[in-house]
Amino acid sequence: MKRRTLLATGASAAVAAAMGMPVRAEGHEPLKVGFIYIGPVGDGGWTYQHDQGRLAVEEHFGDAVETIYQENVPESADAERAITQMVLSGADLIFTTSFGYMDATNTVAGKFPDVKFEHATGYRRDHPNVSTYDARFYEGRAVIGHIAGKMTKTNKIGYIASFPIPEVIQGINSSFLHAKKVNPDVEMVVIWAYTWFDPAKEADAAKAMIEQGVDVILQHTDSTAPQAAAAEAGNVFTFGQASDMAAFKPSPRIASIIDNWNPYYIKRVQDVIDGTWESGHSWGGMAEGEVVIGEITDAVPADVKAEAEAMIAAITAGEYHPFTGPINKQDGTPFLAEGEVATDLQLVQMDFYLEGMLGDIPS
Amino acid sequence: MDLSAISPVLLLAALMVAATPILLAAIGELVVERAGVLNLGVEGMMITGAICGFITAVATGSPMLGFVGAALGGAALSLLFGVLTQYLLSNQVATGLALTLFGIGLASLLGQGYVGVRAPSVPKLDIPVLSDLPWLGPILFRHDIIVYLGLAIVAAVWWFLRHSRGGLVLRAVGENHEAAHALGYHVTRVRMAAIAFGGACAGLGGAYLSLVRVPQWTEGVTAGAGWIALAIVVFASWRPGRLVVGAFLFGGITVLQLNLQAARVQIPVEVLSMSPYIVTIVALVALSARKGRGSAAPGSLGQSFHAAR
Repeated sequence: MKRRTLLATGASAAVAAAMGMPVRAEGHEPLKVGFIYIGPVGDGGWTYQHDQGRLAVEEHFGDAVETIYQENVPESADAERAITQMVLSGADLIFTTSFGYMDATNTVAGKFPDVKFEHATGYRRDHPNVSTYDARFYEGRAVIGHIAGKMTKTNKIGYIASFPIPEVIQGINSSFLHAKKVNPDVEMVVIWAYTWFDPAKEADAAKAMIEQGVDVILQHTDSTAPQAAAAEAGNVFTFGQASDMAAFKPSPRIASIIDNWNPYYIKRVQDVIDGTWESGHSWGGMAEGEVVIGEITDAVPADVKAEAEAMIAAITAGEYHPFTGPINKQDGTPFLAEGEVATDLQLVQMDFYLEGMLGDIPS
Repeated sequence: MDLSAISPVLLLAALMVAATPILLAAIGELVVERAGVLNLGVEGMMITGAICGFITAVATGSPMLGFVGAALGGAALSLLFGVLTQYLLSNQVATGLALTLFGIGLASLLGQGYVGVRAPSVPKLDIPVLSDLPWLGPILFRHDIIVYLGLAIVAAVWWFLRHSRGGLVLRAVGENHEAAHALGYHVTRVRMAAIAFGGACAGLGGAYLSLVRVPQWTEGVTAGAGWIALAIVVFASWRPGRLVVGAFLFGGITVLQLNLQAARVQIPVEVLSMSPYIVTIVALVALSARKGRGSAAPGSLGQSFHAAR
């Protein structure tokens, strides 16, 4: 009998915990904002930039906001546990900052309707308390693709890709398209690393490319290891990814794509405070200040730098879209007609290479 | 497909570099196991060595002192394992696993503040005549000194185990510690020395990753290399010569995998990514199937020893 009572008590406690009832006191100050990170804060890339956004929120709101974060959360069942744990510790708004947290974020959001969730780079909003946000990285890729096409002497550009998802394929296509425009002989060598962050593997991938004659490397992975490999090889150029990676200036790092989440994070926290937060999808780019090209160093000739800056200005002003026709797919079928601009839907579903690319996208 | 893009010379040269960290860690573990101790903490000692070496190199500006620091760090951690298993007679398997977990956590802690820092670079050896040889020059004679140190340690271990009195004692302790004790040898002392040597080698292997191959400090920089080193020791059936083959086989496949991708060979990436592990497993199975007459493992491997028994 005693044991049964104990079990019953335990069960009700578990239910209460699952409902989030006793842990979340009403009307508590300050607003608690949580962040789930895929890598360590010190990765010098993707997670570092999200953490800069967190710090910007703290600075902007001061005592009105408290932030918490968890690093190195795998994109597995662990993610669900980590997000739930964050809710139970009292977070009111949680940013989950990697594509692979999509299912976990939506599952947890269904259990805690009072907590707001923001999922980076995803597309699923199963519940009214889930928003998604992304940045138009392909705009930045267009600019560095242009520089890469001008800078390569071997006409081989390397691209260390992470996973074959639309966001990454957009980046490959955008940079290839713009490299090809200024250098018709250019060829792109892609290595799929199947990781967002694995310094040893990224370094080996960069070395394998360099050994095969690649002299400009673009990366869609988060560590600075490829930069270090390029620095060692000499005569190889790279671009900072996600963060400025300024330690490798002026060469091999000749420019960078910086993700600047600060404006979005501050806006969304303000929305929660004001009670105007609504579920939606945000896809900001250069115009919103979310995609920034870092300093173009003197290793790049002045005329190339001027062209790159002109392109940045045109994209920022909305005068130029990186995917403007005529563009054909890899198999030669038309993708965009003369003067046609890719729609957002076409972009988020992009699962093919453009004409002139060699090799296949792994399925 | 464009196989001509892969230069066999550069591929073999990259193989030498890729094999070095696991070779170093494995040769240390081989000596430990030949002394009859199973230390599963290789991964933990490697990553501790990686950060100790990195900190020392950054602080002193000398990569060579960095490697010394790495060896000391790895040895210090292994002595913790030694005290627990040899004097307090704790279970070696459990203690070794705990050592890995502890080492990874310790390295993360020590590494706070070293992420994104650049370490001094390790100079490459440039031997006047040999480095300029066609083919052999780039493959064999243009590496950093640690590559050669690794091979030298393997050769030294082979000679020590096979031709020296000390090696004979160490093997006796590993094969039958009761008999070695009856002959008057200090089983525990021999084993502690072997454990420290294993830790130092694992530390060197870790530092090779953080100072040469990557080269920077990031959490999880060893990425399972320590477990591969353990597998290679078994693969080599506890012999130094075969150990070299195993390390090169594994390192080679990793490098080849990325090179084939860059050359657009139409093999699914997933198959290439898992191929090193498949080859390791197949080799282990083939080896144990061929050995019909008992295991090649040292007789007292993994058993605790107490003189009073």
